[in-house]
Order: sequence, then structure tokens, then C-alpha cells
Amino acid sequence: MNFRAHIRVMPRDGLLDPQGQAVENALTELAFDGVSSVRVGRAIEVGVAADSLEDAEDATRRMCERLLANPVTEDFLIEVDPA
Amino acid sequence: MMRAAVVRFPGSNCDMDALRAAERAGCRAYFVWHRDDDLQQADVVLLPGGFSYGDYLRSGAIARFSPIMQAVRRHAADGGPVLGICNGFQILCEAGLLPGALLPNAGLTFVSRPVPVRVENVATPFTTAYRKNELVHFPVAHGEGRFVAAPDTIEELEASDRVVLRYADGGNPNGSSADIAGICSSDGNVVGIMPHPERVADPAIGDDPGHKFFSSLAAWRAAAPDEQITTPA
Repeated sequence: MNFRAHIRVMPRDGLLDPQGQAVENALTELAFDGVSSVRVGRAIEVGVAADSLEDAEDATRRMCERLLANPVTEDFLIEVDPA
Repeated sequence: MMRAAVVRFPGSNCDMDALRAAERAGCRAYFVWHRDDDLQQADVVLLPGGFSYGDYLRSGAIARFSPIMQAVRRHAADGGPVLGICNGFQILCEAGLLPGALLPNAGLTFVSRPVPVRVENVATPFTTAYRKNELVHFPVAHGEGRFVAAPDTIEELEASDRVVLRYADGGNPNGSSADIAGICSSDGNVVGIMPHPERVADPAIGDDPGHKFFSSLAAWRAAAPDEQITTPA
């Protein structure tokens, strides 16, 4: 079966995220009031062929652990849908 | 004569500087391609600066899977000296050969200028020719040089004298934790640094404070136990 994995990789909480800060400053300058805690991460989509949704999720998790996210500085969220 | 392998990745751009710096220090230096799996009896491996694989995903994240990195890993495990400069440091961290990671500079700008650094660990194969805490000026040229690691990792690096280079005189250009500019492995043979000693290693372009990063190798080799030497002297 074919699946589509939606992966969100985010800088770990507590680590300085200068991109997020720069975006937050820009939003504030554009007069968007009440903006706070902006974080900038990255979204990755992967087509995955697997026998089951569980297998596809498992494969995606291993991809994140080995390559897509840096375990020192990033956390990831996975959502897998049937393609 | 020591054999120095300079690994070339697609996007390496300090490879020739590294080769010349090693040659000037008396090494027989040569390039190896990232698709190779053989270091050709290297005594020392240099991972040069640049933008391997376009820095896609994260700096060094894809380069670490190059076939040559398996050979580099074995060389390091056998106690062989490895120096990663700038992008080479990023690759060593991504490969797990050094702890921590290098993130976008705190100021978000690419910094390219000489910075003052102190050589704090003079026991590595690349630093024996320096005086402890010697102050030198090395150029940096990076957008992602902010060293971060878990607090207990930083503590361990400090406690075991594994900070090799530290930005000095308030000259931290990127927001690195504890002003760390370079570190080494627990055995000291794998060294990763953000500044570029190979760019200031030839008096033809001015002073050469970086030369000792490469000339240290001879002293290291003279003192090294036989089993660390892979080619006849």
C-alpha cells in the first residue's frame, strides 16, 4: 500500500531559534499584536510503500531518527495518511 | 613522511587550502573523493570546509553517509587523527564522531572575518605545537557555527579538557555555548573546529598562525605509539 508521510521537524524547546525570533520581530513590526513564541522548523513529505499504516509509521520514524531530524537539537512529529 | 588524505565532497571549497597547509607542514597530501571507500593508508584525515551537498537538510547531514565516511570512522576508531574544519566539523558532529551540533548563527548572518581564539587543549595531534591558552587570530566563514550540546555534554567537555579552541576577548561570532570554537573526541584524535587555520598557514599571504595546526602532526607522530602509525616512517 502507498502512504504519504507528513513530517514536521522543529527546533527543540529551550534552544535559541534565531529564525523564529527574526520572524516574530517582523510580525510585530507589521503590527500583528499579541504574537509570541514563534518557532521556525521544516516540513518534509515522503511517499512510503508499506504493508500497513503501522509499518509506514515505523519506517518514517526510523527515517527521522537516522537522517531527517538531528536528535541533538530537533524534535519531530509524524502523520501518515493513505496516499 | 606522513600521508594526509583530504576528503572532497561535492561542495567542498577549502580542500586546496587544506592540502597546501598539510604539504607545507611536510605531509604527503592528496585528495580522496567522497565516493571512494579507501583512504589510501592515510596517517591523518582532513575534512575541509565548504558546503557539502549544498548544506541541504542540515549542514553535514548528507555528507556523513558518503562511502568515504565509513573509512574515516574506522580510521578514527583506530586512533588515527581526523581534523574537521568548518563544514568538516559539522560533518563530524552529524556523524556522531563528535558530540553536539552546529546551528544557524545567533545573529542569523553569515560571518566572515578573523576572530581571536585561544588554543586550550594542546595535547591533540593538531595542537601540540601551540602553547596552552595561546591567543591566535583565525578567520571564520560560516552561517551555521553556533555549537550547542546538552548541558551535561558541555559540562563533560569542560571537565575533560576537550575544548580545543575557544573564542576569546568577547569575540564569539555566532552565539556558541561557552564560546566553544572547537572540540575533540574523548581520545583526542578527532578534532572539529569552526575557524580556518588552513587559511592562515602560509606567510605568502601574511602571518601564518594556523601553520602549527598542521606542523603539530610531526611532533604527535614522533611521540605516538607504534600501533598508531599505519605506514613506515
